[in-house]
Amino acid sequence: MTERLHVGTRKGLFEIVRRNDGWDIAEVRFLGDPVTAVLADGNNIYAGLDLGHFGAKLWRREGSNEWQELPAPAFPPKPEDADDDPHPWSLGKIWGIEPGGVPGRLWIGTMPGGLFRSDDGGESWALNEALWRRPERKKWMGVAGGEQPGISNVLVDPRNPADIRLGVSTAGVWASTDTGMTWDLINQGMYNEYMPPEHAGDPIAQDVHCLARCAADPASMWCQHHNGVFRSEDRGATWHEVTAIRPSKFGFAVVAHPRDAGTAWFVPAVKDERRVPADGAVVVARTRDGGESFEVLRQGLPQRHAYDLVWRHGLAVDDSGECLALGSTSGGLWISEDGGDSWATLDARLPPISVVRFAAA
Amino acid sequence: MPTVAFTSALQRFMPVPPTSVEGATVRAALNVVFASRPALRGYVLDDQGVLRRHVNVFINGELVRDRVHLSDAVARDDEIYVFQALTGG
Repeated sequence: MTERLHVGTRKGLFEIVRRNDGWDIAEVRFLGDPVTAVLADGNNIYAGLDLGHFGAKLWRREGSNEWQELPAPAFPPKPEDADDDPHPWSLGKIWGIEPGGVPGRLWIGTMPGGLFRSDDGGESWALNEALWRRPERKKWMGVAGGEQPGISNVLVDPRNPADIRLGVSTAGVWASTDTGMTWDLINQGMYNEYMPPEHAGDPIAQDVHCLARCAADPASMWCQHHNGVFRSEDRGATWHEVTAIRPSKFGFAVVAHPRDAGTAWFVPAVKDERRVPADGAVVVARTRDGGESFEVLRQGLPQRHAYDLVWRHGLAVDDSGECLALGSTSGGLWISEDGGDSWATLDARLPPISVVRFAAA
Repeated sequence: MPTVAFTSALQRFMPVPPTSVEGATVRAALNVVFASRPALRGYVLDDQGVLRRHVNVFINGELVRDRVHLSDAVARDDEIYVFQALTGG
C-alpha cells in the first residue's frame, strides 16, 4: 500500500504521508499558487501551476532535491493559415501529466486542447502536431462554458506505450496506436443531452468528464460523462450506458481498479444547475461487477449539509487498489485503506482541491 | 539607455532587478532582459509573444498601445514598467 499522497489545490501543493496514527501533512509547497496537475513518477514529482497573470508553469522535484522550474509546454508560432482557429495557440492550463510508459517519456494534456510530449523527463516539450492539426479540432467545445477545450485524461497502455486514449472536454475519446503519429475519434454509443437532438450522438459532441482504464486489462475503460456513466470493453471504441449508478448519474471523477477490470469508483452529484452532492451527503459509488450494480459508500464521509463537489482529478486509487483518496472543492480530504468501505478525514481545512495523486508504493 | 523594471509580484518567482538596456522599442528592450533570463519571457508574454492578458506595460507611466507586437518606441531616458493587472481572490 502506498505511503504518500500529493494534493494539488487552489492555493498550493500538499504532501500527505501515512504515519502510525494516520495520514498527515508533511510538506506544503507553492503556497498561494493554483496547482492544476500532479504526477509522482518514480523518484520525480511534477506539478503544473496556473499562475493566472503569469501563465501556466511546470515544476519538478527529483528525489530529495529542491523543486526546479522546467520549461512549460509551448505552442509553436501560429501560422497564417490558422486564422480561423477558434482556440488560442498558447498554453492555458496544464490539466494532466502522465507517464509515457518508457523511461523519460511524459505526456501533458492541456487547455486549449494541445497534447505535449517529452522524452527527457520534462526538460523539453513538443506539441503533438498530428492531433493539433486535425481539422475536427476546430469543433472542440470549451469546458464548463469556458472558451477553451481541454484534454483531461491521457491514458497509456502500461504494456504498450504506443497505445494511447485521450479524454477531451468536449470532444469525445481520441485514440492513437502509433505513439501519437495518427489519431482517430473512436467513441460510439455515448449521447449528449444538452446538444441539439440531431447531434446528441455525434462522437465529437460527447462531454467526457473523466476517463479511466484498468492497468491490467487496458481494454476495460470507464467514462464519467456529463450525462451519465459509460463503459467500454474494447479500448474505448464502443460504449454502453451504466444505468445502475446511484444515487445520481452526474459527476466528474472516476478511477478504475488497477487489476480488477470489473471494479471502479465514482463520486455522483446532482447535475447541471446545482452541482452538489445528492441530499447534501458525500458518497462514493463502487461497482465490482462491471457496472451491473453499485454500492453507495458513506462510512466516514460527511452525511449532513455537505456541499463538497469532487472534480475530475479529485479521486485517486493507488497501485494496490485498496487505498483511495477523495479531495473536494470545499477542501475536504478523505482517505480509505479498504477499497472505499470506510474513510478517514484529514484533520485540516485545505484550499479547494483540484487533484489528488498517490506516489508509487 | 531605457530602464526596464518589473512588478514585485514577479520577484516571488525569480529575481528581476531594474535593468538598463539597449532597445528602440518595448519588444527590443524586453528581449534584452529575456536573453539574460529566458524563464522570465513566459511570465510576461504568451506562447505567441503577445503580452499576457493580465500583464500591463507602461512607458513613463503611460500604458503601451501595441500589446501584440510591442512596437511602442522608447527613448534613451524612458522607464519601462512591467506590472500585473490585479484580479482574483
